[in-house]
Amino acid sequence: MATRRILGTVAAAGWLGAAVAVGGEPPAAVRQAELTHLVRQDCGSCHGLTLKGGLGPALTREALRGKPAASLVVTILQGRPGTAMPPWRDFVTEAETAWIVRKLQEGTLDER
Amino acid sequence: MKGETEVLGRWRTAIVAALVAGGALAVLADAARAERGVVIERASGSVQLVDNATRAALARVEGLGDLSHASLVFSSDARYVFIFGRDGGLTKVDLAAARVVGRVVQAGNSIGGAISRDGRVVAVANYEPGGVKLFDAASLEHLAEIPATYGAEGKRAKVVGIVDAPGNRFVFSLFEAGEIWVADVADPRAPRVTRLANVGREPYDALITPDGRHYIAGLFGEDGLALVDLADVSAGARRILANYGRGEEKLPVYKMPHLRGWAVAGPYAFLPAIGRHEVLVVERATWRETARIPVHGQPVFVMARPGGGQVWVNFAFPRNDTVQVIDVERLALVETLKPGRTVLHMEFSAGGEEVWISARDDDRVVIYDTASFKRLGALPAASPSGIFFEWRAKRVGM
Repeated sequence: MATRRILGTVAAAGWLGAAVAVGGEPPAAVRQAELTHLVRQDCGSCHGLTLKGGLGPALTREALRGKPAASLVVTILQGRPGTAMPPWRDFVTEAETAWIVRKLQEGTLDER
Repeated sequence: MKGETEVLGRWRTAIVAALVAGGALAVLADAARAERGVVIERASGSVQLVDNATRAALARVEGLGDLSHASLVFSSDARYVFIFGRDGGLTKVDLAAARVVGRVVQAGNSIGGAISRDGRVVAVANYEPGGVKLFDAASLEHLAEIPATYGAEGKRAKVVGIVDAPGNRFVFSLFEAGEIWVADVADPRAPRVTRLANVGREPYDALITPDGRHYIAGLFGEDGLALVDLADVSAGARRILANYGRGEEKLPVYKMPHLRGWAVAGPYAFLPAIGRHEVLVVERATWRETARIPVHGQPVFVMARPGGGQVWVNFAFPRNDTVQVIDVERLALVETLKPGRTVLHMEFSAGGEEVWISARDDDRVVIYDTASFKRLGALPAASPSGIFFEWRAKRVGM
């Protein structure tokens, strides 16, 4: 069961990774502001407004160091079954999610 | 500045009048209209002191750290509040002077706290490091720590759902461990802890009934809630509303419900379902399901109006611009309101005549009449979240 989930994640991550690499257009400035608000406020419900963690883990640059971006994108879009992490694909596109992950890993979304 | 001094004077005058006069008449005359409260300003790490008689802000207190998930409790005389910040900060604010009189950063990541029934001990529930710390309410001196260790490897769980309970006890839940602990703080330097294991998967928050008799923890990891009879802790926890989802796939939960607050009205307790757009109704005599009421979204707060008759519900992202009202007699929705963008919290006046609702993304607190549902006014506030009126000082679990 766990194995299948990991394999599924890896497969999807590969596919998305390709999509992200191709369609990596950053969102427009207005949308970037909306996404930043979404991450801080709504991801922040569980991960903390400053992204240092809550019921969900920290999303700071340090916490995400070394984590493959593609799998983080999949986690955001699809959620993590069996945990409290819900899917966000109804609210963000793949390209937007890739931008969010990049900003999180740069540590530029948690600045106040 | 001048206005601030004036209104501060009014707060002080009212409190002094109540304390010095001590007479029921003086207190009643004041209480009929004047009720003070505190509004958390989430993003700026500040609180506003407000007056519900004039619906005006009295003062702002700043420098409270990360209040992204903040709550507070009142001292038993309602003179002070103890504010629990996300960053582990525990701040004591003097409401009469509108200033910080004590502050400790006591953990890395906190979720909330409670004050003992005798008003002497403040307990803070921490995620990191997982556990509870006890502080002297007068001095904020650290008295004791209760590490939330579980399992053979001695891991520490995140602590949620802490409440004060009769007999100077605190009750709280361990998210990863699936346990409920009851700590007797008669000697606050040496708390005595009773552990109840296997209460259910992932308790995420909890409440105590207004009579102080029952502690109810909501479960995220399974359909159902855990119930402890605090008059007989040794009997352990029992499951209520087990399998309310009936195995159906859950809807995504974008924000965890909050159970603290009044959930009891008439013979019923009203509880948020997890992953279902429903409010669950249980009969308190039997703890059996009476009804389930379909609502607008994933409920976050399900709060009974003081004085009864109504239960108010707000909702998780993305349906968080709406508040609905359930009629307790008919067990049906009677009103749907749109107070503003991102409704985070609701607070009733002591008698339940008014409700104050924070609309975070509109930067205001909106006030409604609970009988007519008429909008009475609004107050500007920076990213407001929790609203707390001083009547809480006298109530168990608030």
